[in-house]
Amino acid sequence: MTQSGRSDGATALAMMMAALASGDVRIIDLTQTLSPDFPSIVMPPELGQSRPFRMEEISRYDGRGGGWYWNNLSFGEHTGTHFDAPIHWVSGRDRPNASTDTIPAGDFIAPAVVIDCSAEAAEDADFLLTPDFIKGWEVKHGRIPPCSWLLMRTDWSKKTDPAAYQNFDETGQHTPGPSSSAVKFLLRERDILGFGTETIGTDAGQAAHFQPPYPCHYYMHGAGRYGLQCLTNLDLLPSVGASLIAAPLKILQGSGSPLRVLALAPRLPAGKHHGA
Amino acid sequence: MNDTIQRPKRKNPILKTREPTLPPDRRSRNAHGLTRGAAIGRFELQYCVACGKAQYPAREACVECLSIDLEWRQTSGDGELLSDTILRHSQELYFRERAPARFGLVRLDEGVTVIAHLDHRCGQAPQRVRIEAALDRSGQAALVARPAQEKPALSDDPKLRDMTSDPRFRKILVTDAKSAVGQAMVNAALDAGADLVWAGHCEPWRNPPGWSAIAALPKTHLVPLDVTDTRSVNELAAELGFKVDIIINTAEHHRTFGLLNHRGVDGAKGEMETNYFGLLRLAQAFGPVMRARGADGPTSAVAWVNLLSVYALSNFPAHATYSASMAAALSAAQALRAEMRKSGIRVVNVFPGPIDDEWNQLQLPPKLSPAAVARAVVDALKGSMEDVYPGDIARDWLARWRDNPKALERELGQ
Repeated sequence: MTQSGRSDGATALAMMMAALASGDVRIIDLTQTLSPDFPSIVMPPELGQSRPFRMEEISRYDGRGGGWYWNNLSFGEHTGTHFDAPIHWVSGRDRPNASTDTIPAGDFIAPAVVIDCSAEAAEDADFLLTPDFIKGWEVKHGRIPPCSWLLMRTDWSKKTDPAAYQNFDETGQHTPGPSSSAVKFLLRERDILGFGTETIGTDAGQAAHFQPPYPCHYYMHGAGRYGLQCLTNLDLLPSVGASLIAAPLKILQGSGSPLRVLALAPRLPAGKHHGA
Repeated sequence: MNDTIQRPKRKNPILKTREPTLPPDRRSRNAHGLTRGAAIGRFELQYCVACGKAQYPAREACVECLSIDLEWRQTSGDGELLSDTILRHSQELYFRERAPARFGLVRLDEGVTVIAHLDHRCGQAPQRVRIEAALDRSGQAALVARPAQEKPALSDDPKLRDMTSDPRFRKILVTDAKSAVGQAMVNAALDAGADLVWAGHCEPWRNPPGWSAIAALPKTHLVPLDVTDTRSVNELAAELGFKVDIIINTAEHHRTFGLLNHRGVDGAKGEMETNYFGLLRLAQAFGPVMRARGADGPTSAVAWVNLLSVYALSNFPAHATYSASMAAALSAAQALRAEMRKSGIRVVNVFPGPIDDEWNQLQLPPKLSPAAVARAVVDALKGSMEDVYPGDIARDWLARWRDNPKALERELGQ
């Protein structure tokens, strides 16, 4: 059986590579480009600030280094498309294996389901994903499998105007996210691996006023689970059946990291569109 | 403002842009006593402490009693125009290009006689005039005889305008137009007759009070500019650096953490990124292209204004890291001044005391209104000052710092 087990794995991988080569399995990039212009998280000015992405040339085939081009980068851990580790939040501080360097690598590849809230988010920037909405989705697409990423599609990533993407007024940010009860439901009833969004945080823009404040951070990380934010191209994913490769940089005691998020998804039957 | 300065014609693009020439720029160390006063808009003369006599030009010892106990004191500048003449020829390129020019001999009430540039509104000798010390395009003090009674702007004289950086008809970049001071600066520049203002702004999702009104002003063009982002600075310089006549760097990052009250260096880094590295990025991107236009007609590139802080002189421990970043910025600004001067472009450093904004909430009055800071900048540009200390606090600190820097250090730390 050892022989055949090994052979099964090899076969599966070979089939996978063949499927990738043929296009039966597509790779969809869910990552925003890291650039100085991409909006970064806004905190009250008197608090500590996350530095935005910045790039300084070391040399560009010039006197600073004859034949080569390279840069020094600087940015906060939570910049661009990024991963939140459990120790990012106080509720997750005592979880074992909860920083970017200690999270089991097996968690970096996992299935994902996509709940399409784009129509609701277009209608209401403060739209909240609720347990009822999730259950309604399950009627159509089936129960969320355990240890899956739950990706909340809002099409927020299509807002290329940074002001519209951040969507501030005098009362703060207005962006969609999960309700407190939805986060509890997803953890306790569905055992999800993590929550992913297209907006600048896993929590809604107004989540500072929720109970508890920032419930997605509070409960998700308290349970040792993860977050992904500033995702894009969620509209290209099927509601069920995709898998994510989402591996943060291996930063010592890192609370998160920008990363490349790749989705593997089956090729669509001709004439079929995702998200329908 | 009057009508002696007409709107210049547009540049003829087939003619070579002229190279800047400068007035003779070497002075003795003693003569720089005059420069020290002129830099902050004061006319000071050298006096003998022993016998009380004023003397000009400055010397090593008193011409009257040979005492070497000399000091510089502010003086009224009132005097009598004894004679006037017209310079029609000079071996100096700078004066050749500006001939004919009027000069006069003025007998100051202090008893010394000086040679001075003559304001066109001064009639022929003899008559009462008032001497001012102005900075010429070399950054040296030059004496100017002005009408005794009125006090017209230096820039209203067609010849003396050359010593100023008058905003009239010029194109001005305000690097951060979103802050309270930045908004006031845009308004003041337009009021002073600027042709247009490029209003730099970053983080487009922030919409502070007043910003929408600034953005809607005619003659104001919003341009994305984040001085912490090299790419952003370089892009804007590439796009319009060759049109900028005056840069007013209002970009500032101010935290009030002290040195030990806030763990880590991240707040301090934020201040350095904007206040020091921001200036460096702007200098590297805009400096060279502005230097190429130092003599580009009546609306040449002419001035670079840095909004610093009086805390740059001596650290104010309550705002420790901010003070340090401003000291770094001042040091860089001095180097920038040396580099830009060769092209006749004046670097004006502004050292306000506490401005009435959210970061100085806990400072006691008097505090400077943003509009007062902006007015001080415009006044400096219309005149010839290169170091500006607007408001009572700034002037008080300057006086204490000049008198005894050690005492000021101790006083600020108490």
